[in-house]
Amino acid sequence: MTTTATTPTRRQRLTTGLLGRQPIGLLLSAPYAVFVVAVFAYPLGYAVYISFHKFIFTAPGVSVPRPFVGLDNYTAVLADPAVRQAFLNIAIFLVINVPLTVVLSLLLATALNAAIPFRTFFRVSYYIPYVTASVAVVGVWLFLFSSDGLVNQVLGGAAPDPSWLINENWAMPSIAIFVTWKQLGFFILLYLAALQNVPKELYESAAVDGASRWRSFRSVTVPGVRPATTLVTLLAIITGANLFTEPYLLTNGGGPSGKSASPVLLMYQRGIEQGHPDVASAIGVLLVIGVLLIAAAQRLLERRQS
Amino acid sequence: MTEPKEPAGHRRPWLRIAGLTVGAVAFLFPFYYMIVGSLQKKADTSLGGALPSPGNLSLDNYREINAAISLGQSLLNSAIFTAGVLAGTLVFGVLAGYALAQLKYRGRGTLFAAMLLLQVIPFQLLVIPLYVQIVRGYGLSDSYLGMILPFAINSVAVFVFRQFFLQLPIELFEAARIDGASELRILRSIALPLVRPALLTATLLTFIGPWNEFLWPFLVTKQAGKQPLAVSLANYISTVASAATNPYGSILAGACVLAGPAILLFIAFQRHFVSSELGSGVKG
Repeated sequence: MTTTATTPTRRQRLTTGLLGRQPIGLLLSAPYAVFVVAVFAYPLGYAVYISFHKFIFTAPGVSVPRPFVGLDNYTAVLADPAVRQAFLNIAIFLVINVPLTVVLSLLLATALNAAIPFRTFFRVSYYIPYVTASVAVVGVWLFLFSSDGLVNQVLGGAAPDPSWLINENWAMPSIAIFVTWKQLGFFILLYLAALQNVPKELYESAAVDGASRWRSFRSVTVPGVRPATTLVTLLAIITGANLFTEPYLLTNGGGPSGKSASPVLLMYQRGIEQGHPDVASAIGVLLVIGVLLIAAAQRLLERRQS
Repeated sequence: MTEPKEPAGHRRPWLRIAGLTVGAVAFLFPFYYMIVGSLQKKADTSLGGALPSPGNLSLDNYREINAAISLGQSLLNSAIFTAGVLAGTLVFGVLAGYALAQLKYRGRGTLFAAMLLLQVIPFQLLVIPLYVQIVRGYGLSDSYLGMILPFAINSVAVFVFRQFFLQLPIELFEAARIDGASELRILRSIALPLVRPALLTATLLTFIGPWNEFLWPFLVTKQAGKQPLAVSLANYISTVASAATNPYGSILAGACVLAGPAILLFIAFQRHFVSSELGSGVKG
C-alpha cells in the first residue's frame, strides 16, 4: 500500500466533506430518491396546490387558467352534507374497527405464541384473508350477507331488515367488521413479533407470585407490547382513512343514502367522476390533517401514560 | 419461528385451542364457501347449500365469467403489472436498502426519514394529483407503465432490505473494500447471497400489493383489454353481474381465480412470512 492511498489528497477530502465517505451511495439510492420525490413529495405538494385553485382536467399539453381561489374549495367541501356524512361514517368505522383490531389481534397472537398442536395451520388461516384481494373477498361477503344469504338463513327472525349491507344502520358497521376480519392477520403478525421481545422471566416470576393467566396477560403481556400497540393503532387508523374498495363494491357506492360513503369514495366521485379535482383534493387534505391530528393525540396520550 | 417465550398453555391448553379453532373457522369458512358457491349451477343460499351437492355442480360459472371479462387477458395484465413492480423493487429497492444500511454519504439520513414519513401518508390522498400527472399530463392511461409507476419501488420492501443489510457485520465489507472490490460487486457477491430470506419475504410482501390493488389500476385503465383481474372483476360485480344467469356463482368463480395465485404462493412460502424472519432472518 502506498502512502498516497492512506493519506487522502485535498480533493478527496473535499468530496468526502461534500458527499460523504462513500459517495457511490448517492448513486445507488438515486432511483429510490427520485421515486420518493416524484410519487410522494411532489404529488403531496401538488394536492395542496390543487386544493387552493380552481382546477379542471385538460388533455395533455393544453393549458387553461387555473386561478387561485383561497379557501373556496374548503368552504364548499365543509358545507357539503355528503362530505360531512362521509367523515362521520369514517369516525363510526374507526370507533368499531380500531379497538376490535387491537383486542382480537393481541389475544390471537398470544394464543398462537405457545407450543400448541397445528400452530402452522392456525397461523396460515389467520393470514389468508390479508393476502387475498379485497375485490375477491367482497364477492363472497356479498353472497353471505345478501337478503336471503347464509348469514340471514342462520339468524332467521333475528336478521336485520333490510339486510346488513342495504340497512342504513348496519352498512358501516358491516364494513368495519369486514375490514377488521380482512386485516387482522397482518396485525397478528406484528404482535407475534413484539411478543418475542417480552422477557420470559417476567412470566415466570408472575407465575411464582401465583398470578392467574389473565392477570399475567394484563400485567406482563399488555405493557410488554405497548410499542406494538401504538404501531397497530396507527396503521389501523391509516388503513381506515384509505377505505375505498369496500364502500364502492360491498355497499354499491356508499349506500344506502350515503350512510357508508367514505371520504376517499367521495374524492373519487367528486374528483374523477364529476371532474372536480380541486374539491377532491380539499377532501384529501382534510383527511390527512385528521389522520395527523389523531396520531398526534395518540402520542400525547402515550407520553402521559408512560 | 423461534421458540415461544411464553410458557406453553399447560394449564388449560384446550381452551386456547378451542378459541383458535373458532377463529380459524371464521377466517377460512368464507374461502371454502367461495369455492363451493363458484361450482353451484344454481345459487343455493340455504344451510344445505354450504355442502357441495353432486346434482348442482358445474363449471358453468367459470365459463360465464370467462366470456364476460376474458380471464386469460385479465390474468396476463395482473401478471405484467405485478412483475413490473417486483422488478423495480428487487433492483432499485435492493440498491437503496444496501446504500441506506451500509454506506455513508450525504443525504442518507434525509432519505431514511422520508421513507419512514411516507408510511403515514394515506396513498389515496395522492391519487388525485397522480391522476392529473400520469393520466392527464403524461397521457399514460391504459398503459402498463401508468399502472406500475406509483408502485414501482415498494417502500416497505426497501425497509426490510435495509434491516437485513444492517445485520451483516461491517467488517465483512471493510475487508472486501480493502481488497479493492467495487460496491456493486460487494453487493452482488457478498451481501445478496447472505440476505436470501429477505429477498423472499420482500418478494411475497411486494407481490400482494399490485396483484390485489384496485383503486389505482381502476382509475388508469378504461379499456377492458388492459385491466388487471381485480379491476375487471370489480367492474363485473358493479355493472354486468345482474345480467348473468347465476350472478353470485360467476362472481365467486372470478374471485377464486383472483384469490388463487396469491393464496397458493403464500402457502408455498409461508415459512418465510413469519415475524421472526422479518426481524432476524440472517441469523439462522
